[in-house]
Amino acid sequence: MSTAVRQHTAARTDRRPATMGQALRRALRDALADDPAVHVLGEDVGTLGGVFRVTDGLTAEFGADRCADTPLAEAGILGTAVGMAMYGLRPVVEMQFDAFAYPGFEQLVSHVSRMRNRTRGRLPMPLTVRIPYGGGIGGVEHHSDSSEAYYLATPGLHVVTPATVADSYGLLRAAIASDDPVVFLEPKRLYWSKADWDPEEPDAVPGIGKAVVRRRGSSATLITYGPSVPVCLEAAEAAREDGAEGWDLEVVDLRTLSPFDEETVAASVRRTGRAVVVHESPGFAGPGGEIAARITERCFHHLEAPVLRVAGFDIPYPPPMLERHHLPGVDRVLDAVARLQWESGFTSGRDGAEGRGGGAL
Amino acid sequence: MTVLEQPGTYTPAPPPSWRPRTEAAPLLPEAEPYRVLGTRTAEREGDTGPDADLLRRLYAAVVRGRRFNEQATALTRQGRLAVYPSSRGQEACQVAAALALRAEDWLFPSYRDTLAAVARGLDPVEVLSLLRGDWHHGYDSPGTRVAPLCTPLATQLPHAVGLAHAARLKGDEVAALALVGDGGTSEGDFHEALNFAAVWQAPAVFLVQNNGFAISVPLAKQTAAPSLAHKAVGYGVPGRLVDGNDAVAVHEVLAEALERARSGGGPTLVEAVTYRLEAHTNADDATRYRADGEVEAWRAHDPVTLLERELRDRGLLDEETVREAEAAAERQAAELRERMHQDPQPDPMELFAHVYAEPTPQLREQAAQLRAELAAEQEAAAARPAGNPAAGEETR
Repeated sequence: MSTAVRQHTAARTDRRPATMGQALRRALRDALADDPAVHVLGEDVGTLGGVFRVTDGLTAEFGADRCADTPLAEAGILGTAVGMAMYGLRPVVEMQFDAFAYPGFEQLVSHVSRMRNRTRGRLPMPLTVRIPYGGGIGGVEHHSDSSEAYYLATPGLHVVTPATVADSYGLLRAAIASDDPVVFLEPKRLYWSKADWDPEEPDAVPGIGKAVVRRRGSSATLITYGPSVPVCLEAAEAAREDGAEGWDLEVVDLRTLSPFDEETVAASVRRTGRAVVVHESPGFAGPGGEIAARITERCFHHLEAPVLRVAGFDIPYPPPMLERHHLPGVDRVLDAVARLQWESGFTSGRDGAEGRGGGAL
Repeated sequence: MTVLEQPGTYTPAPPPSWRPRTEAAPLLPEAEPYRVLGTRTAEREGDTGPDADLLRRLYAAVVRGRRFNEQATALTRQGRLAVYPSSRGQEACQVAAALALRAEDWLFPSYRDTLAAVARGLDPVEVLSLLRGDWHHGYDSPGTRVAPLCTPLATQLPHAVGLAHAARLKGDEVAALALVGDGGTSEGDFHEALNFAAVWQAPAVFLVQNNGFAISVPLAKQTAAPSLAHKAVGYGVPGRLVDGNDAVAVHEVLAEALERARSGGGPTLVEAVTYRLEAHTNADDATRYRADGEVEAWRAHDPVTLLERELRDRGLLDEETVREAEAAAERQAAELRERMHQDPQPDPMELFAHVYAEPTPQLREQAAQLRAELAAEQEAAAARPAGNPAAGEETR
């Protein structure tokens, strides 16, 4: 999967392979070095360096006050970070795993997201909440949730999720520099994905709120983010190679879910006339529904087919031995692309046949 | 194969790393709530008693606070406040909290602690914004060092800990005082805040105003602890139990705890035993869950009367001082009444101003939509004949 990402990162001789985890660590290190207000805190982020080693060595370099192990309490971590931000610090907190963040949810929705609004701009909340999220690493229950829909439904939060090594560095720096709270979702199955990357000259990432076209195409747009970006790039390659349908797929990596870059998405869909939204989190009331609705509102007259969604099933995250059936893979994406051939029997309402989108259990 | 020892020959060793982190006894609270007022002659023979100036300041502040509670309650009946959770009966706690703070300290109040914010010197109208409904929050928090009045229970406690911790990291001698009710001590955030504060030795002081009820649920159904102050021991924090209607005792205990916090001595949990003389809010019916006799017993232990008696005993209270305190309270109430009778005109466009530092593209679109709606409203208003806003109704 990482090869697909790599080929879209310009190869340069001064570059060395780096993993996403290393780039994230470098972003934290550089942020700590550049701004004394930045403080990293969380369970296990100190001596251990985080369960994914993203904070490895930061306590040794910056001291236990700047990269601090806290008691094991997510509400406490987020709640104290609120107070630290009130006093002018820029806390970067780690939630360790997606489903472990839920005890901190009240602080996030009742205070972190609203403090600027409540105080009419007098108390901004420049804090970053790092949450490793998503499945595909064989984790046991509560270690693989994709919870982005909850955060997206909360005004006042930015929600950011990188898919490449360079983006993970640039977006995390941008998140920490932001005067608003950022939920920074790290696709944990991409932690070990590699790319040639020069930490001294990180790729220019245009900050929070800008999507990017990862692959140009003309016959349909795959709109995706985080762990599903490599899946979609692979699907695009497969669609071209298989050639049966002659699909030339464009892939848009949202990078930021909130704010949502409608312009980039709409421009792409107007070019291609067809769109599939791909993500791991459950489809019902998931990000895909919102994105599909916005595309329909903005691009209705350009659409040759309904906007389709390929998402995780609407089930609690399954046990590791079954997760491959839940996670949207290349085949499921290609299946949806095939369904975009609207005139070939999708809307056969007139002759009473079921569309391919339906079907009984 | 394991060779089993003979029954009775095995002496278990203690767990290798066990040791008490701290001695529990010094952390335990008083057996009875600590009191100062009225104890001078009996227990404090030879003691000159509390400082006369402090007594006068506390007295003026509780009298003003009592009047403020009455006025704010009246404003709810006039529809000027959406709701008012009265702190009548708890004035001593609120006033003592505000007066125990130094200018550079921070106060973290909950929704019932309007009086503490006013006693700290904040504009009463700005303090009442949340309850009036013109905006969620009215005063300049960083400027006044009073955090927004917090509505979800106990969630402000970790904020106080984080702020105090940050101040200490920066080398500032700043303490944070967080107020919470007896119901709030059941929340997870209470536990997490106390634990963080203790582990970090953050300069934070927690004042539990135990007023007997969490809306309708009495303390006995809230906790099985010997006292709420006893909870401190479990965190390795000193617990103090104090008579919450004794303004001098609360002030003394808080001033001591805040000083200890500022000088690196760590947090303290203070339980002030008090009583909410009125209902939870004007929307509540307290007669459904408590007996008249109980309320009357507490009226006899009124915080204003307790202070008054002490001042009279000490010859510090003449009729003129009483009149002055009451006149000052009346002036504040009159000003509040007058200013609250002006209809606030919040700018609807400000709805989009403070969601993010920069509005998102989606918010800009929504702002444009609202701007157009407002313009249409204005146009329609302008089209109506002057002096007869209901002219359009006649044709119906």
